[in-house]
Amino acid sequence: MTALSPPRTRSLTWTIAGMDLRQLWQSPDFLVPMMVLAALFFVFLPAMLLLAITHVHSTSIVAKISSSLDLLPKNVQSQIAARAPHASPAVRTSYALAVYLFAPLAVIVPMTISTAVGANCLVGEREKGTGEFLAHSPATEREIYTGKLIASLLPGYLTTVVGFGLYSLVVDLIVGPQVGGWFFPTSNWWILMFWVVPPFLAITLSVVLRLSARVKSAAAAQQASGLVTLPLILVSYGVASGGLFGVGGTAIWVGLVAWGAAAYGLLRGAQAVKRARLLGVEGDLG
Amino acid sequence: MGDPVVELRSVHRAFKGVVALEDLSFAVQAGTVTVLLGPNGAGKTTAARVITGALRCDGGSVRTFGLDPAGPDGTDVRRRCGVVAAKPALYDRLSGRDNLVYAARLYRLGPRAPVEASAARFGIADALDLRVGGYSTGMKTRLALARAVLHDPELLLLDEPTSGLDPESSHAVLALIDDMAAGGKTVVMCTHLLLEAEGLADQVVMLEGGRNLLSGPPDDLVRRIWPEPTVVFDAEDRAALDGLAGLPGVTGYSRDGGAAVVTVEDLARVPDLVASLAAAGARLTKVAPHEPTLEELYFAVRNAGAAPSAPGAGSRFAGAAAAAAAAGMAASSEDEAAR
Repeated sequence: MTALSPPRTRSLTWTIAGMDLRQLWQSPDFLVPMMVLAALFFVFLPAMLLLAITHVHSTSIVAKISSSLDLLPKNVQSQIAARAPHASPAVRTSYALAVYLFAPLAVIVPMTISTAVGANCLVGEREKGTGEFLAHSPATEREIYTGKLIASLLPGYLTTVVGFGLYSLVVDLIVGPQVGGWFFPTSNWWILMFWVVPPFLAITLSVVLRLSARVKSAAAAQQASGLVTLPLILVSYGVASGGLFGVGGTAIWVGLVAWGAAAYGLLRGAQAVKRARLLGVEGDLG
Repeated sequence: MGDPVVELRSVHRAFKGVVALEDLSFAVQAGTVTVLLGPNGAGKTTAARVITGALRCDGGSVRTFGLDPAGPDGTDVRRRCGVVAAKPALYDRLSGRDNLVYAARLYRLGPRAPVEASAARFGIADALDLRVGGYSTGMKTRLALARAVLHDPELLLLDEPTSGLDPESSHAVLALIDDMAAGGKTVVMCTHLLLEAEGLADQVVMLEGGRNLLSGPPDDLVRRIWPEPTVVFDAEDRAALDGLAGLPGVTGYSRDGGAAVVTVEDLARVPDLVASLAAAGARLTKVAPHEPTLEELYFAVRNAGAAPSAPGAGSRFAGAAAAAAAAGMAASSEDEAAR
């Protein structure tokens, strides 16, 4: 064998991320629940609910759901009225559900998938013993951290983006014909998906990865990561209540602040990854 | 002698107050095989980890290839090291090929990485596309070895590499060490298996409680502990051997009911001793110079509280039992500390 002298400029981040993603891809016990979760939240539940409201014509059900619209801010209610001024209460209700009340879907799915992956990614290496291999490898601690972050972020976020496309199709096919054509995604949803959700997901993952680097078992990491999903739940509540999109520019500012917090959280999180922790020994210096 | 490949000076490392390495110093010269010998918990694994910079030491200094492995040069150091951990540390869900390709990418070998050749070298080429989860322990170790040498490292660190292996796989490991040494590479191997180190080590570092009890080439160590040659005598009537004790040139005599183990000033004295015994009517059945084994050396050093016994003497087995008990205690204390 000959000594190989390769170029040293390319980061190992994507090598590490690619390895984790490859393992996930070859794990049916992870992939199947992820698909089921996405299909349930993005396709089946919205389709069933919207079909029920728009086609069953049960006035009592519509009246009950419509009453929840009264909780939305006035400017949101007027937006709904402006979109379909002559529509029936059932159509208005389904429009409001599609645009506002199903918003938590965009948050729950990436949060569930990414925290599950992220919680396991560092402590999992340690439990399997492969942390020893990584610790002795030429990869820097920052490359390991960033690789793990990408590997945690991508499955959840990509599932959400694909689910978002399917959800748009479901909504437009069921509700669109009754409000004058395809209307979804609205501009607010674009902002939510590509400006607000990513930084909140990054904030959550920065904490989850720190936990994963510190705890003794994957089970403990899963338990603890449940506690740090609060920021994303707040986002979903903000959308569902109309608060986030009710006042012009609120979502933009919330996203901006979240990106700043995410950058800080990720920088702090990077310091949690130490080779000693990959080896499973505590108290490394530095 | 050139600059050492590895140099530890007064290295100290503790885990939550429990000392794993204490004032540990030794150097490894290029192209040699160094065996870190000691019971479980002696600090062998921790020493190997500080050599690559996987662990920082909290006192003293470590230089590998003249660089600080825990500093900014750590990446360069680790790229020149190959490590086989005590557990194979493989990705079980993936195939053997995937594991090797991943290592090739981490070590930036490019698309021409010798994945097939490396697997063939350890006899696992046929299993390369199978999931590692289905491999036997021996196959996993062979794959870990193939991965460790994939990038043609200058320094190979093996931590208990034959632990739990079948004889064939153990042989593959030892053959690799021979190959590497013959190719001018430097090898550091941690083991508690004395037979494994026998005949392999250019240098032995005996560790206990994180300290270097003794280090040097095995022959030098033997001469240091037993400066005088040892000869084993046996006879049909063993009681007749006791006459050796008072003969000129004999500096030590022991017999535990079996053959006599005699230390002499010089091997040239042996014909005289044989003649004296024969004249006294003893019918000798064996006269053989005794080369102390590493095992004898090890137990002699570990039981250094008492004067070293003559090599080959039966009394060392009592020492072995005591040493084994001590090893168990040391292992549990370091494992606990690490957790």
